[in-house]
Amino acid sequence: MTLDDLVHSSGEWLATGGPLNDVVISSRIRLARNLTAFHFLSKADPAERGDIERTLFEAISTSEFGRSTFYVDIDKSDALDRQFLVERHLISRQHAEGEGSRGVAVSATETLALMINEEDHLRIQVLRRGMNLDEAWNEMSQVETALESVVDFAYHRRYGYLTACPTNVGTGLRVSVMLHLPALKVTGEIEKVFRAAKEMRLAIRGLYGEGTDAVGDFFQVSNQVTLGQTEEDILSGFKDNVIPSVVKYEQETRRALRQDKLVALDDKVWRALGLLENARAISSEEALFLLSHLRMGVVLGRIKHIDLEAINELFMAAQSAHLQKRHGGKLDGEHRSIVRADFIRDRLGRARPSPN
Amino acid sequence: MLCQHCKKRTATVHLTDLVKGQKRERHLCEECASQEGVAVQQHVSLNDVLNSFLMSQSNVQELAKIKCPQCGMSFVEFRSQGLLGCPNDYDVFDRALESVIERAQDGHTHHTGKAPGEVVRIDPVHQERLRLQRELREAVEKEDYELAAQLRDQLGELKSQ
Repeated sequence: MTLDDLVHSSGEWLATGGPLNDVVISSRIRLARNLTAFHFLSKADPAERGDIERTLFEAISTSEFGRSTFYVDIDKSDALDRQFLVERHLISRQHAEGEGSRGVAVSATETLALMINEEDHLRIQVLRRGMNLDEAWNEMSQVETALESVVDFAYHRRYGYLTACPTNVGTGLRVSVMLHLPALKVTGEIEKVFRAAKEMRLAIRGLYGEGTDAVGDFFQVSNQVTLGQTEEDILSGFKDNVIPSVVKYEQETRRALRQDKLVALDDKVWRALGLLENARAISSEEALFLLSHLRMGVVLGRIKHIDLEAINELFMAAQSAHLQKRHGGKLDGEHRSIVRADFIRDRLGRARPSPN
Repeated sequence: MLCQHCKKRTATVHLTDLVKGQKRERHLCEECASQEGVAVQQHVSLNDVLNSFLMSQSNVQELAKIKCPQCGMSFVEFRSQGLLGCPNDYDVFDRALESVIERAQDGHTHHTGKAPGEVVRIDPVHQERLRLQRELREAVEKEDYELAAQLRDQLGELKSQ
């Protein structure tokens, strides 16, 4: 399996279904680990970076879970492929833009990705659709256990798993849940969520993590504290407290919008559909913005002839690197907008039932 | 885009309000936004933590001299890039780092999670049972006996599985 095989589908984790999927897009768990016998990357020379990559690649490819993965050498990949992996949430922007020996092992279903030589030697990511942290954790636990039987991760009796940046030390565990919060955004109630999150030491970021804006009403909620709490504590904070409250808040706000502002809501939703079905050139930002409104219309039952699956897929498939990979080569900005508009019209046209 | 209030700094806070059914968009810089009482979502920046730590240190000179014998990292270098050079740094910078970690980790200074070789498995049925038990307690406290009865039945079903 190679990268090009992924072009015509979206990751399994982006499919619809999954608990609370009207609001929760995906659940992600990430562990940061470093090999005990090497320097952290800021002090590793190119030869040592190469050794780290080989050691981890070996450990992954000889583990049972590793058999269903394929490896992408990021250092040798071109800019388009790197961007493509970022759009699919398989690597971070930092990893795409980094330098030196580095790569990512990805499972065929794309629910598991292991980044080698990002900020730490190893970043393991497990993704699930909807709200499903338990399953994500159990897969993570299997992967980590398998790796721990063949390599030694840096561990400190007091600080736990050691990471290059002390903000990740301890469990090395970062939980991120991706939420679609159009109603809280449009009413401005989202500010309350931000405030509450800050008090609870949670970070809220955009669609592509650190340093990105919340485009298209998507918000990633993640923990900032990684030390002094057990893995179960961190996970249950999300499952039992944070996520259910935000989801309920969004659902209630959606209900209120439908009750009190039905015309304004329908106007927004149907205008979005009108533009998406008729535009001849559209930027990626505008597409995300309009798709977000369309998604709200579908989950609220205002638009019934388009299914959620098609929209979820468009969020990924309509992005620049995806368009270019499908096209088979680089496109300038103007052509990307045209190809994007054509692609969206085509997909939405197919989602619409035929007139007879 | 410039801040609509001071018209000097770049607007980084973008607000959408509904005022009497009218959407109102405002673009402010962080300072003006916080003056207006808008909580600006802030990530704990390691640099801020480090700077405030160093300001409070009287022995900056002493600290500047320490270097890790294994990777050559100095505390000043760590401070400028925010990344450590090797696992040994955690011991070399000991007290200085402890204070940084404490601030960045909400007061925590000790790991309580798993150690290498330990396996943490989450049993979804057990989790569900805990959730139902908690909701049942809450329902009883609120004297919502209808809900409590439903929850008790669900718990029963779970146990018979």
